[in-house]
Amino acid sequence: MRKVRALVALLFASALLLAACGSTEEAGPVKVSMWSHAAGNEQEIATVKEAIADFNASQSDYEVVLEEFPQESYNDSIIAAATSDSLPCIVDVDGPIMPNWAWAGYMQPISIDSALEDSLLAGAKGYYNGELYSAGAWDAALGILTLKSYLDEAGVRVPTLDSPWTKAEFDSALSALDDLGKFDYALDWGNGWTGEWFPYAYGPLLQSFGGDLINRDDYLSADGVVNGDEAVAFGKWFQSTFEDGYANPKQSGDRTEFVNGTIAIQYNGNWAVKDAYAKFGDDLLILPPPDFGNGPKIGAASWQFGVSSSCDQVDGATAFIEYILQDKYIVAFANRIGLIPATAGATAEVPDYAAGGVFSVFVDFSNSFAVKRPETPAYLFISKAFEKAVADIINGGDVKRALDTAADEIDRDIADNGNYE
Amino acid sequence: MSTATKKPKTFWWHNTMEVKEARAGRMFVLPAILLLLTFLVTPVILAFTLGFTNARLSSPNPIEFNGTDNFSRLLGLAKLDVETNSSDPDALYDLVRSQTKPGSGTQYENMQILYEGVSSDAKSGTYVLAGDALFWKSVKNTLYFALVVAPLQGGLALILALIVNSRIRGRVFFRTVYFFPVVTSMVVVSILWLFMYQDTGLVNVAISKVIPGYTPINFLAEPALAMPAIIAMSAWQGMGFHMLIWLAGLQTIPGELYEAAKVDGANTWQQFKNVTWPGLRKTFIFILITITIAALGLFTQINVMTQGGPLDSTTTIVFHAFREGFGKQQMGYASTIAVVFFFIVVSIALIQRRLTRDAD
Repeated sequence: MRKVRALVALLFASALLLAACGSTEEAGPVKVSMWSHAAGNEQEIATVKEAIADFNASQSDYEVVLEEFPQESYNDSIIAAATSDSLPCIVDVDGPIMPNWAWAGYMQPISIDSALEDSLLAGAKGYYNGELYSAGAWDAALGILTLKSYLDEAGVRVPTLDSPWTKAEFDSALSALDDLGKFDYALDWGNGWTGEWFPYAYGPLLQSFGGDLINRDDYLSADGVVNGDEAVAFGKWFQSTFEDGYANPKQSGDRTEFVNGTIAIQYNGNWAVKDAYAKFGDDLLILPPPDFGNGPKIGAASWQFGVSSSCDQVDGATAFIEYILQDKYIVAFANRIGLIPATAGATAEVPDYAAGGVFSVFVDFSNSFAVKRPETPAYLFISKAFEKAVADIINGGDVKRALDTAADEIDRDIADNGNYE
Repeated sequence: MSTATKKPKTFWWHNTMEVKEARAGRMFVLPAILLLLTFLVTPVILAFTLGFTNARLSSPNPIEFNGTDNFSRLLGLAKLDVETNSSDPDALYDLVRSQTKPGSGTQYENMQILYEGVSSDAKSGTYVLAGDALFWKSVKNTLYFALVVAPLQGGLALILALIVNSRIRGRVFFRTVYFFPVVTSMVVVSILWLFMYQDTGLVNVAISKVIPGYTPINFLAEPALAMPAIIAMSAWQGMGFHMLIWLAGLQTIPGELYEAAKVDGANTWQQFKNVTWPGLRKTFIFILITITIAALGLFTQINVMTQGGPLDSTTTIVFHAFREGFGKQQMGYASTIAVVFFFIVVSIALIQRRLTRDAD
């Protein structure tokens, strides 16, 4: 009968398939899956791939298999994977998000070699409830990029680490650069990037004004902090840079204008400096962010590596994390994408970051101005609420109301989640 | 196989042709039913269930049923009148917020301002509060999009169909060209148009070539222009597909009808009005309903191009559900939005069906 024959064929095919699956599992090293957020970031992903290839060749027990995601959708992919119980073994995690993932049970504490753990910069390690959950090869820092020739032409003082621009000086610098008439916009805030960039980049401005994302005494309320008088002052000033035409409310996401010479000042992370330096050489200035009253501030903690809670190859995953945190790769990351090396040993080997190097100023910024984003599981929600508020401010919305909405939503979310205990 | 050569046994229950056909029919439908059950019915049941819970996307806490809390938050509306003697222009707003902020303990706790009417002396005001102001804005934007895009996209598609249906040279070429955007991914199209709408983008450059002295507009940064810009781009992307449907409809109209009309002395417009349009009635209903349903689900363009901004002018129901569910991790609440969205779509489709059926 035809039906019977079809059924037999189907069974046979399934059996073949099963047999095929079985045979691959038996032979060769155990696969350890890994996800990276760096798709599209050529230099970064190339270094990760190099480390993976070297690791896989260096031993025969494990084979790390990489999947790449663009940064914009990486976090959503992780959450979706956790929901469907298909997390990879090794995860890439942004420092401030880690407490949420640890709280939610996506990640497990890791134990890496204690000498290695001690050698890493504070900004390259993530602790939650006193346990190490993530470790990274670099820290990032923010700065203001511009050209000495622009400032000279506009007659603006070059600020220093000890004497950064004041708010008034920064305002007049924007106006003077704008008056040169040679730029489309005086300033690129990077608002073409969405997601975590908003709290990472604009949170420190808010902190320099005297506000913050949440009350850090108990991490239970944002009211009066993210929408206090200082925060409103920040919002109004930030909005004015768009209203006065110094910055573009629909800034492009590729941010090539500064390198192309159509924007005078770019507010960016140190990962962007490499390209700018290649283009402008010694004319490039890396300046501290302005002091809006409470000293210049920059964010800390960048992408790090951790192990998911569902990982059944913890030894392999830990071995790889220790492997990629060798000075060799830390140096490669730093040399290629201009990030701050996570160990002193690596820093000495990176000409740009070693004392007197072109980018060593970022190490000073990190040491002097760095403020970690609030280390609480609520941060994930805070980040979204703050992003929405800043987006509304950029587009000309009522500052006080935008920040009030953020404060109310954050407080409500913390209460809804039983204080994230 | 030996069984294949044997003559199949026959039983009484598959004697008749009819039964055999019915059985074959069921077998043909089975794969579709399985797919629908897995990817449509199950998610719908899940959404309905989760809509009554406080489910979080990532949380160690257990999911709890919270009754209709989500629905009253989503759909809740209230009117609040406030008065003040203060001369501070923010005094009215401060009064309202003192009653709406979390922990205030009033019946307006956690509500947001949806609409405000302030008297000219700023001493009294009427505020419409909503449990979720963004949802109502999303409903408004979604309906706006659907109301404009359905006639625009359907109409342009009909014009294109009439053009490529006439006996002009190279019509296969034009059909292909018009169909091009349809087979391109919406994400890709959105990214391209994102660049085209920039102040230095193609659209602005083109306009400034035609109109001297024109100041470039950041289309997607203007609350009043962002949605029209997305409507234009969406209609452009989708009309090729509906052109094909119109074409299929046009080709069902018998040529004799046109010949008879010509014999009666009808001009082109009269032929269209009295032969073509009545002949396209069923196609029209199909196109109207499919465009409307697709338009109500507007999401990709928003997610890629505007993220609901500027100032909530392009946030839509599906985007709102996405943001609440994936962004803010409130899966239960996002499911509630999905359930309400489901009823909105069903009722609009039923109304359309009813209106068009009466005219039959």
